[in-house]
Amino acid sequence: MNLGVELTYLLSSVLFILGLRGLSSAATARRGMNLAAVGMLLAVIGTLLNQQIITFTWIIIGGIVGSVIGAAMAIFMPMTAMPQRIALSHAFGALAATLVGVEKYYRLGAEIGAAKMAAVGFEVMFGSLTVTGSLMAFGKLQELVKGAPITYPLQNHTNIALFVATFAMFVYLIVDPSNATVFYVMIASGLAIGVLMVLPIGGADMPVVVSLLNSYAGLAASATGFALENNVLIIAGALDGASGFLLSILMSRAMNRSFTNVIFGAFGGGAEAAIAGKDATGLTVRQITLEDAAVQLSYARSVVVVPGYGMAVAQAQHQVRELAEEIQKRGGDVTYAIHPVAGRMPGHMNVLLAEANIPYDHLLDMEDVNPRFTETDVVLVIGANDVVNPAARNDKSSPIYGMPILDVDRAKSVIVFKRSMNPGFAGIENLLFYEPKTSMLFGDAKSSLTKLVAEMKNAA
Amino acid sequence: MSHEVLMQLYVFVLAGFVGYQVISRVPALLHTPLMSATNAISGISLVGSLVAAGADYGPVSTVLGVVAVTAATINVVGGFMITDRMLKMFKLDRKDRP
Repeated sequence: MNLGVELTYLLSSVLFILGLRGLSSAATARRGMNLAAVGMLLAVIGTLLNQQIITFTWIIIGGIVGSVIGAAMAIFMPMTAMPQRIALSHAFGALAATLVGVEKYYRLGAEIGAAKMAAVGFEVMFGSLTVTGSLMAFGKLQELVKGAPITYPLQNHTNIALFVATFAMFVYLIVDPSNATVFYVMIASGLAIGVLMVLPIGGADMPVVVSLLNSYAGLAASATGFALENNVLIIAGALDGASGFLLSILMSRAMNRSFTNVIFGAFGGGAEAAIAGKDATGLTVRQITLEDAAVQLSYARSVVVVPGYGMAVAQAQHQVRELAEEIQKRGGDVTYAIHPVAGRMPGHMNVLLAEANIPYDHLLDMEDVNPRFTETDVVLVIGANDVVNPAARNDKSSPIYGMPILDVDRAKSVIVFKRSMNPGFAGIENLLFYEPKTSMLFGDAKSSLTKLVAEMKNAA
Repeated sequence: MSHEVLMQLYVFVLAGFVGYQVISRVPALLHTPLMSATNAISGISLVGSLVAAGADYGPVSTVLGVVAVTAATINVVGGFMITDRMLKMFKLDRKDRP
């Protein structure tokens, strides 16, 4: 390594940190990311000037193919598919790290030494399980694989046994790096762990899994840095690892679950949980007509929209904005209450609403919006369920008791857009729907909203 | 443990700490762009892949290296582009806010 290359890497690392620092506000975010991109460009140019590189033909071919695929995905991927894209890119990142590790071991074999073997071992172990884990997450998000948890007897036991066996192979290799069979078997079992780990995890828990895989991909990249004695790799990987770790903690907290519960939670619990909680037998819901809803919204001074994954599935965000514009024309104030786990990945809902041209200063976090509900005339709950369930606050027998929720039941009135009275994904009864202040607007969110907008325009 | 490995651990631990501090200041509003941004940055594996692909270590190394270069480039190019595409959509509404 010559000094010039080392200094370039140092500069790149600084630019990466400054880039992430820019993300602390939407106003500085783009500038920050441009700095990070310059950092990446410098690191690549610095590496290409490295004397070890003799042939450029294959690098250019790989670079062009990768750029075309990457650019095409970036340009054409719809924002609703963002979680899938992220999951897929974790797989690509981990694949690159794993292959670099395999190459190093293949070339050096037993001469690799204990320290480098530990780094390479860690790299391929975490890399391989992230590759298949991310592909599984992609499959579930894209609905190629059944979204519901897939379970079978002794699942936890076999997973743990496999993990222990893989770890034992890792330790064995550090002691005796010469045994190539063990190395490749370790990769194979890493790949198997990735699949088995994600199988039992349900669609609603995907934000945690995607964040966790983000962290693993970062750790694999960092281990690559240890193996190649390259600090910029260590630093960038550590940044990625820290980010994924932090996001998984935030997501678990927002769902009132621990890591272990998300990962092992599909066992037991599920069936009994669904029947626990207060029953709604004997209670009736009140339906509202489009005309009445339009009148109510016309006179509302303050309206809060609570968008859920159901809204994203119905692709109704543009209709939501049109409705907001009608309310604003009549002098009403419209804001959006975003629960941390709304959507299928951290922050997904904000992106979907921003795409529909909703200004981001109207998007409020749970902590900021909750004190405002008592002053709110109408809350529109669109495709959200568990995150507005007051049982989380006041029913100790409910499986979601303790989960932080949006306190919409404290508003003056609530209109719920819902397909039917079927309980949500978690199968938990929501007593909010039976409250006297709540009215239900049944049907597809998108068509209900379209009709509501038309109704308001007619009335004007 | 050699001196070099120890220095690497220093770098790793301190970078992880800085990362945690910097990232805890990112608002929930930007968590999706954050994830695609860190993803693009962790495409830095490209640096390692480039050497494997271009150092003429033999056909197996070259093949592994080229696949790694392709995968990492997808992340770098795609990651930065899609992050920018998302961030471009975040606009303020200065008219009706005090």
